Amino acid sequence: MRKAVIIGVGAVPVGEHWRTSLRDMAVEALLNAMEDAGVDRVDSLYVGNMASGSFIEQENLGALIADFAGLGNIPAVKIEAACASGGAAVQEGVKAVMSGLEDVVAVIGVEKMTDAWATDATRYLGYAADGEYELFHGASFVALNALVMRYYMKEYGYTEEDLAHFSVNAHANGAKNPYAMFKRPIKLETVLKSPYIADPIKLFDASPVCDGAAAVIITTEEKAREFVDKAKMVEVAGIGRAIDTINLANREDLLTLKAAKVAAERAYKMAGITVKDIDLFEIHDAFTIMAALSLEAIGAAEKGKGAQLAVEGQIAIDGDYPIQTLGGLKSRGHPVGATGVYQTIEAVWQLREEAPNQVPDPEVALTQNIGGTGSNITINILRRV
Amino acid sequence: MGRPMQVARYWRHFKEKYRMVGTKCKECGEIYFPPRQVCPKCGSREMEDVQLSGKGKVLSWTIVRNPPSGFEYFRPYPLALIELEEGPIVLAQLTDVDENQIDFGMEVEMVTRKIREFEGDGLILYGYKFRPPIKP
Ligand SMILES: [Zn+2]
Repeated sequence: MRKAVIIGVGAVPVGEHWRTSLRDMAVEALLNAMEDAGVDRVDSLYVGNMASGSFIEQENLGALIADFAGLGNIPAVKIEAACASGGAAVQEGVKAVMSGLEDVVAVIGVEKMTDAWATDATRYLGYAADGEYELFHGASFVALNALVMRYYMKEYGYTEEDLAHFSVNAHANGAKNPYAMFKRPIKLETVLKSPYIADPIKLFDASPVCDGAAAVIITTEEKAREFVDKAKMVEVAGIGRAIDTINLANREDLLTLKAAKVAAERAYKMAGITVKDIDLFEIHDAFTIMAALSLEAIGAAEKGKGAQLAVEGQIAIDGDYPIQTLGGLKSRGHPVGATGVYQTIEAVWQLREEAPNQVPDPEVALTQNIGGTGSNITINILRRV
Repeated sequence: MGRPMQVARYWRHFKEKYRMVGTKCKECGEIYFPPRQVCPKCGSREMEDVQLSGKGKVLSWTIVRNPPSGFEYFRPYPLALIELEEGPIVLAQLTDVDENQIDFGMEVEMVTRKIREFEGDGLILYGYKFRPPIKP
């Protein structure tokens, strides 16, 4: 099969974009990526988006965005896998190029969340849980993650302070990212003094509701040479995706992200690597507990030791397992369906060595995007060409 | 708050919501809640209804302080994962309980309570919640 290579990336900063609509954010991100890649047309568009129908009463984003970006009568569809929609859309673009069906594809992740009232936004996010047996009973995503966090702390003897290290690390890195929503470092006590939103999850354990759009241009290795220098090329060397029970209560083990484990195994096998070969990790820290469980599921930590990596500082930019190198979901922000594409462009910046918070000389990066309470997870391995 | 859907969307689930009926795999004996048509453990499609006792223990819990729209009236409210005597784990609100009294392993039993109501329309949704058992 052909290799899939990312040759261009673009985004708008994550934030509360009161003056900008979804279509304008999306077009801006897409045109930025096309300019970065030096392409003026694409064969196809894949849009990662979780809940535009609920958030802004707009579906059919493929047509909307391709139309307003002036891309002509190309095929364009929306890909939905809850908060993992962005990661899944990247994979669909990669599959299209690898299969030989399409030569130059655009992938965009976009979400406009701030037009909805806060409690409605909480409800719309809840549609990605088991609607009948979780949301019906008053469960929000924060609450579902809180159930997991309390159980994790009890099983392994961690404190709220231990988990708070993930937020402090994310903010320390995000402070240097011009595209991040919160560009300021925080202290442990900032997290610990923040109010509970679903005990034991506090405001600063959680990622914010926000708007964003990020895009990448993917093509074959051969075609890539027509557009950019080798230094700008990043190969998507492995992709993996798996589901788990939609209902958290039905998990075989509440503290294992089985979908991440399966997806990671597939992605590592395809890329021909092990976790030891990975130089940086953009994981899905929608809540601090998910960062801990993700590190365990992808093999960076043994079961029950994920939070230990944070406490020991091994997740820092100069540690053995640098995570959230440009802020992660906590500091860069989590415009849900766009997040997986932001992770991808951050990994690309790192591998091209143009990141504002650079990991020294990286070869391989991992992005992990979680939908639901671990019910739909994508893992992508990016490698320097 | 909000507007209800067609009533069928609610009554079709009465068996689970009011009586806590799950399914049991005829091949391997595994019990599930909510009901399933296919056993994820052994792949069998031979499933039968099973009446669950509604008795169990708290596995984990939280206090929902920023609820989804439609639940503002109840906030803050405790939400828990309950491990039923028969094995399945169920997510439900706890009721008739002091928030500070909730602990790992606390015994609870199912009761039927109001889950949500809607502005104007008059439709009230009921379902299971769990409370510490009332002992004679
Ligand atoms: Zn079975």
